[in-house]
Amino acid sequence: MNFSVALSAAHDSLPYMLGGVGWTVGLIVGAMLLGLCLGVPLAVAQVYGPKPLRRVVGVWVWLFRGVPILVQLYIFYFGLMSWLSSLPGLGGLGLDSPFTAAVLSLGLTSSAYQSQIFRGAIQSLPAGQLKAARALGMSDRQAIRTIVLPQALRLSIPAWSNEYSILLKDSALAFTIGVVEIMARMRAIASTTHEPVSMSFVAGVIFFFLTWIGVKGLTLLENKVRIAGYTRQGAA
Amino acid sequence: MSESSPILEARGLVKTLGGNRVLENVSLNIGRGRVKVLIGPSGAGKSTLLQCLNLLIPPDSGRVLLEGSEIDARNRRELCSFRQQVGMIFQDFNLFDHLSALDNVRVALMKVRRMSKLDATERAVAELTRVGLADKAALYPANLSGGQKQRVAIARALAMDPKVMLLDEPTSALDPELIGEVLAVIRDLAQGGMTMILATHQISFSAGLADEFIFMERGRIVEQGSPAELLAKGANSRTKAFCAKISELTGEADAEFRQ
Ligand SMILES: Nc1ncnc2c1ncn2[C@@H]1O[C@H](COP(=O)(O)OP(=O)(O)O)[C@@H](O)[C@H]1O
Ligand SMILES: [Mg+2]
Repeated sequence: MNFSVALSAAHDSLPYMLGGVGWTVGLIVGAMLLGLCLGVPLAVAQVYGPKPLRRVVGVWVWLFRGVPILVQLYIFYFGLMSWLSSLPGLGGLGLDSPFTAAVLSLGLTSSAYQSQIFRGAIQSLPAGQLKAARALGMSDRQAIRTIVLPQALRLSIPAWSNEYSILLKDSALAFTIGVVEIMARMRAIASTTHEPVSMSFVAGVIFFFLTWIGVKGLTLLENKVRIAGYTRQGAA
Repeated sequence: MSESSPILEARGLVKTLGGNRVLENVSLNIGRGRVKVLIGPSGAGKSTLLQCLNLLIPPDSGRVLLEGSEIDARNRRELCSFRQQVGMIFQDFNLFDHLSALDNVRVALMKVRRMSKLDATERAVAELTRVGLADKAALYPANLSGGQKQRVAIARALAMDPKVMLLDEPTSALDPELIGEVLAVIRDLAQGGMTMILATHQISFSAGLADEFIFMERGRIVEQGSPAELLAKGANSRTKAFCAKISELTGEADAEFRQ
């Protein structure tokens, strides 16, 4: 392997490879948000909901943690989404795009994991605070929104940052259904330039920086919303 | 003095927890401006009774009435509005850890009573001033002492203009040197005419405030009457025997409140 050839191939590939960053970022932002929007209500339902609802959440979590993302990608892309977009009125909405299917599979899987992060955080809060909120006349909904979740979400940030870095790596699987994110581009360009090593090096560096930026950003967020003297057990 | 129509009344409360009969047909009522003190050994059911009184714990059977009308616990709107009118103070404060002292007092004013932020702030500051904590408004619970936390909790309850306050051993979690500041606030409340049901082991303090002592044991009210009567020289009451045991244990800590 000629080092300077590899280096210049890597250099030449950069614009094309970086073009995949938008897709990768789109995938993880979409999936993290979908996972958040579903994960919070799932966690609340699992802790405070009636028994049948808790069962349903349990099955949801078990299902999306159990089925590999690759399998879900195929089910969503080749099965569900193409069927959905064939329904009258649902065509032309982009439901059958690889990107949509990938955000769904990653986001639903993440909702299962995120719900368990939030559930743990909710359960770690002292139960007396919910009692105090009720005693002041708050409805359960108000108490959960204004007392429980602001604390639980703060406590969740470190685990959330972990979830981000896992999701980032999982997002590379989206190339299998044709999302032209970083991984897809790496494979394409490696086969035309015959420089797989330098291309995977470039891809690795890009993934590393995306991880670093996200984790750093979440650490900044964690510090920004930190409350004086607050510890996991509340006011210790 | 005749007992005018009661503000809060409980009839025949029964509660079973984990197979134990924790409340066995408990009834009581309290008139405006009255102070009743719940005493009894640990495990007697005092906390359960207080939490049944504002329906934080739903009784298995029995009724709770506020100003003569029965509260339907299944009607959520009615339940929330009832609880607003019944202030509750917990042994371990239960402050909202992510909110400053000011916000602890303000949050329910804004969320529950739908006051504007400006009005809520004004009210919250007034209540914090009343408990002597105006200068701590910006602090978070983690940076307050136990006594200060309990005073914030009292301010938080008072801000809702409760018709009656339930206090569950408000000083039991405090270091001895911090008990006095909380008792002083409670005494001010009583002297200001607040209706209160107070569970406590601070016998001589509460003897000075209470219109009535209620002695509980194993989920029942076994004795009730004025402190003077129950603690009189030569009285042969369960209450007196229990109080003697308590003051033996706590001794001086309690003595400074003898009046
Ligand atoms: N969730 C529960 N499950 C089972 N038993 C309970 C529960 N809560 C309280 N108890 C029991 O009920 C009894 C009364 O408790 P409590 O009301 O806390 O008494 P007190 O406040 O007078 O010390 C105790 O024997 C306690 O063990
Ligand atoms: Mg108790």
